[in-house]
Amino acid sequence: MNQETKFMLKRLAFYAFIFTVVAWIVIPIIISTLYGFALPKDYYDPKKVIPTSFTIKYVKTLLFTLGALDGIKNSVIVALITIAISFAFGIPAGYAVAKFIFPGKDTIKLSIVALRMFPIPVMAIPLVILYIKLNLIDTLLGVALAHTAMALPFVVLITSSIFAGVSTELEEAGMVFGLTRLGSFFRITLPLALPGLAAAAMFTFVMSWNEVFVASILTLSHRTLPAQILSIMAGASGGAAPDYYKFAAAFIMILPAITFIFFARKYLVTMWGITLK
Amino acid sequence: MKVKSSYIPYLLILPAFAYLLFFVGYPLVQALYTAFTQNGQFSLATVRKTFADPYFWEALKYTIALAGVIVPTQVGLALILALAVNRAFKGKDLTIYALTIPLTISDVAAGLIWYSMLSPSGFLNKLLLNIGLIHQPIYFFGYQYRHMEFLAIVLAELWRATSIVFVIILAGLQMISNEYLEAAEVFGADYWTRLRKIVIPLLKPSIQSALIIRTLFAMQIFGIVWILAGRDIPTLAGEGFYRLTELKEYDVASIYALVIAGLSLLLGALYIKFMKAEYLEVRR
Repeated sequence: MNQETKFMLKRLAFYAFIFTVVAWIVIPIIISTLYGFALPKDYYDPKKVIPTSFTIKYVKTLLFTLGALDGIKNSVIVALITIAISFAFGIPAGYAVAKFIFPGKDTIKLSIVALRMFPIPVMAIPLVILYIKLNLIDTLLGVALAHTAMALPFVVLITSSIFAGVSTELEEAGMVFGLTRLGSFFRITLPLALPGLAAAAMFTFVMSWNEVFVASILTLSHRTLPAQILSIMAGASGGAAPDYYKFAAAFIMILPAITFIFFARKYLVTMWGITLK
Repeated sequence: MKVKSSYIPYLLILPAFAYLLFFVGYPLVQALYTAFTQNGQFSLATVRKTFADPYFWEALKYTIALAGVIVPTQVGLALILALAVNRAFKGKDLTIYALTIPLTISDVAAGLIWYSMLSPSGFLNKLLLNIGLIHQPIYFFGYQYRHMEFLAIVLAELWRATSIVFVIILAGLQMISNEYLEAAEVFGADYWTRLRKIVIPLLKPSIQSALIIRTLFAMQIFGIVWILAGRDIPTLAGEGFYRLTELKEYDVASIYALVIAGLSLLLGALYIKFMKAEYLEVRR
């Protein structure tokens, strides 16, 4: 075997590996989406690996009869409140970490990194007792407040890296020309940081959209989408709903998330600390 | 130039910090109180009740077993993937895009998606039946197939959360300066030597933090198990959820919360110990 065929074989093996990996990630998504729209006779036909006749009946039933639409509405409201509160608290903190030098900064940064790890079940279970007292139980605000606690450390860390990327010179130039510090923040730093902040907002949205434990525990009638789906799909012990509803539910749940990663791909990966170039 | 100011940064950070402190501190205190008192008196009755329940030990066992199987596999897999992808090739962007898709998919959705692959009429069974590799569908679900349910959870969780590890490790790989590798190459080190002597040691902080982050989140595993196995495979979070929502046993649920907190605290302490060195050096 000469050098060239060896090289070609290596390349072939490499691409086969990459192809397998991509297929491993993508095929389950495609299959569950196809099954979500398949007719049950196709799904239960052992000869039909790929269904050929489709219907939107189950997605529709799920949305309009089983309350997934209300779930979507609730999820969106919770996510928006979460973004609003976590940004209101997180942006000033992120700005302070990015633009100031002060004693104890590293400790504060580190404790925020550590707080990001705080286990959600621990937070949610005792919160029930407080929420009953405060009449926050089964309210969207209550869920959003808990989701804010989950998202806030991320928002602080992400916004601080966004603000660190906005040049301090520009801000100082603004202040030389007569803006106050606050003015230069609103007229210079904030507009420049806007695309990054939008991506951070989407990140927060997806976090809240996907969270199921807190939402299931803190609500009963005002359920977010994942909580609603969980209660339909996993009645007493796994498998209360017919299979094709499960696939329709998966489709409804992943659609916004996948759209998000498509649009915010550049920022999402930057957020995790790598640049894709 | 950064501005030195005495109190402004603290003022800016205070609201966020106070918020977090409340939402971390209050539940912990409340959980301790609920778990260790009865009618206002200190009591270990709830602890005894919980420990006498076989489900508690099953939950602890399965939570640790799932973490023990899933996390190392994930890290190994992510390491291979990151090493493979971290070079110039056609379709690199698309490959990384595909590999990061599961980042945004929730555990509940991942469970449902893998149910479509593994159910008796699912893709995998029908595919294998039609190729002729099997003559009976492989059953993954149901109490009598608990081992298979365990496997299904592992498969779904590997699919969902390997991307997080992949991204962390890829970021670590990209921080390794090419000069080291080129120098080694000049001195005749082949790929495996470079991998063993340079890449892996320099990657250690990333691998450590990925390991700990994943283990920490594995202690809270819930949605994916609840969808695929229900209480056939009990987990700490799942039992806490069940006790609270179905049985309204706030005290027992609080014990579950505290056990998860204890395990996380232990892992979190390790995390900070390892992170501190790396975090303060590498980043700004």
